[in-house]
Amino acid sequence: MSPVIEVRNLRKTYGAGDTAVHALRGLDLTVEKGEYIAIMGASGSGKSTLLNILGCLDIPTSGTYLLDGIDTGDFDEEQLSLLRNRKIGFVFQSFNLVPRTTALANVELPLVYAGVRRAQRRERALAALDLVGLKERTHHRPNELSGGQQQRVAIARALVTSPAIVLADEPTGNLDTDSSREVMAILDRLHASGRTVVLITHEDEVAAHAMRTIRVVDGRVAGVLV
Amino acid sequence: MRLVEIAAFAVRGLTANKMRSGLTTLGILIGVASVILLIAVGNGASSAVQQSIAGLGTNILTISPQRAQQGSTVKPLTTADAAALVGPDSPDVKYASPVVSAQATAGYGGTSYAISQFIGTDPHYFETTNSGVAQGNLFSDNDIQQARKVVVIGATVATQLFPGVDPVGKSMLVNNIPFTVVGVLAAKGSSGLQDADDMAVAPLTTTQNALTGYGSLTQIVVQARSADALPNAQAQVTTILNGRHKVSQTADYRILSQDQLLTARTATTETFTVLLASVAAISLLVGGIGITNIMLVTVTERIREIGIRKAVGAPRSSILGQFLIEATLLSLFGGALGVAAGMLGTQFTIAGIKPVLVPSSVLLAFAVSALIGLFFGSYPASRAAKLRPIEALRHE
Repeated sequence: MSPVIEVRNLRKTYGAGDTAVHALRGLDLTVEKGEYIAIMGASGSGKSTLLNILGCLDIPTSGTYLLDGIDTGDFDEEQLSLLRNRKIGFVFQSFNLVPRTTALANVELPLVYAGVRRAQRRERALAALDLVGLKERTHHRPNELSGGQQQRVAIARALVTSPAIVLADEPTGNLDTDSSREVMAILDRLHASGRTVVLITHEDEVAAHAMRTIRVVDGRVAGVLV
Repeated sequence: MRLVEIAAFAVRGLTANKMRSGLTTLGILIGVASVILLIAVGNGASSAVQQSIAGLGTNILTISPQRAQQGSTVKPLTTADAAALVGPDSPDVKYASPVVSAQATAGYGGTSYAISQFIGTDPHYFETTNSGVAQGNLFSDNDIQQARKVVVIGATVATQLFPGVDPVGKSMLVNNIPFTVVGVLAAKGSSGLQDADDMAVAPLTTTQNALTGYGSLTQIVVQARSADALPNAQAQVTTILNGRHKVSQTADYRILSQDQLLTARTATTETFTVLLASVAAISLLVGGIGITNIMLVTVTERIREIGIRKAVGAPRSSILGQFLIEATLLSLFGGALGVAAGMLGTQFTIAGIKPVLVPSSVLLAFAVSALIGLFFGSYPASRAAKLRPIEALRHE
């Protein structure tokens, strides 16, 4: 069985010539199905760039990225959006909920783009919100929710399509200790139920939840901590 | 991904921010309404002028003395000239009324009023100028022969001098000379430039006696037998007057037909209409820039939202569709309201002018603002939809 993520010699360069910034310099990474991985590194190390490429939000300058055995390098923008919709659930540090839109509608969003029918959509979105403990807050808008609640809505949105991987870019970065604990508990549960989770963090405490911790330095994997 | 779902996103996008949608709609509304209204006012002004001229009749020639030039002598227009114009030599001339006119101050009771046109003429003048009587009677040839001090007043004079009183039979002072009011003319209305009802008409002889003296006539108003006979009548009048005034080169009088007057006036109002149209064009431009602005701001502030939608897997087509539908709804809604407001505005009289709606202006204003709204609503959105999700998300 092929790994969920297989990255070979990944490079990402911003700009050109003398001012070029090399965010990734030939990075290799393999993530097996059901793994729980934390990526750590100083700011500017390229870890966010890596996660954005893994989430198909950005494309690498060179190198190969196989997602679920599919080479994403051959894909155009239209196919990538399909991939983001079906295979990937992304959780951002700043939540990125659609403003002035209810929690339920936010969670339903990926399902709408997936073409799921209304009744089934509602059912699955409610189930996802239930999973993150927000069944009571389905009709609240983002500005009526606390940061922790917003992030839980974002996680519900990430997992509602049953993606192959859940990617989280510093999911607790903007949260207080209690909210962080709740969010990590949810991610732990996701892992326990068999999902593949990759997250970026600065905090050792958060990284401790993961099976493996990968340290990224200067755009390369510097070490793996099991 | 069905169209219904995209349309639902669009509607939700509009209702989620009612303030923004409202302001956008208002911008389009004002743009459309002002263009429609401005063009209608311009059109109303020019048609009012045309109507007032047409109301005078289309079979009239006006003869007035030419101002004296160096090296030429000017013979005055006389009552005899007027009388000579009707006869066997001019079969197409029906009447020729001598006209003198002056400004006069009229008084009745404690009030006084400056009449802008006090006219002395003969009874045919009323028929020639399409003037009907509303109260009382007109004066007769007999009044002229007897030089009776009788006067027929216009509607404006009647309301100014005799508020709430029947003027017929009353005696009013014209430059301190008592005249008996025998009739009131039917109102003709304002032509936008001058008040056609601000006048009084008295027998020629009386007026010359009392006000103007026996110099040259101000005008001779000639009525041809029909509108078609007008060119012939003009030729006959020219021949007769040339003979009487012994004109060799330059005539010492000037003949204006109603047609020429209409052409001259139309040229004036056309200038006016062009002026208003350019004002309208500028307001359309300004309205368009306003719409452009609001649409650009609206889309720019939502680039992040576009990024979010892309991140959860929205294809470009659905994002484009959503913004296109939003822009269409706003443009159509704002445009329709603007058309309604503009049409409502044309129901009112603005600065003494009754606006006349130009159907093509409604179409033009609506189409231009709708297209501007559509373009500037969807073009930046399409650019944003082309961004990679991470670029759109990072947009501040």
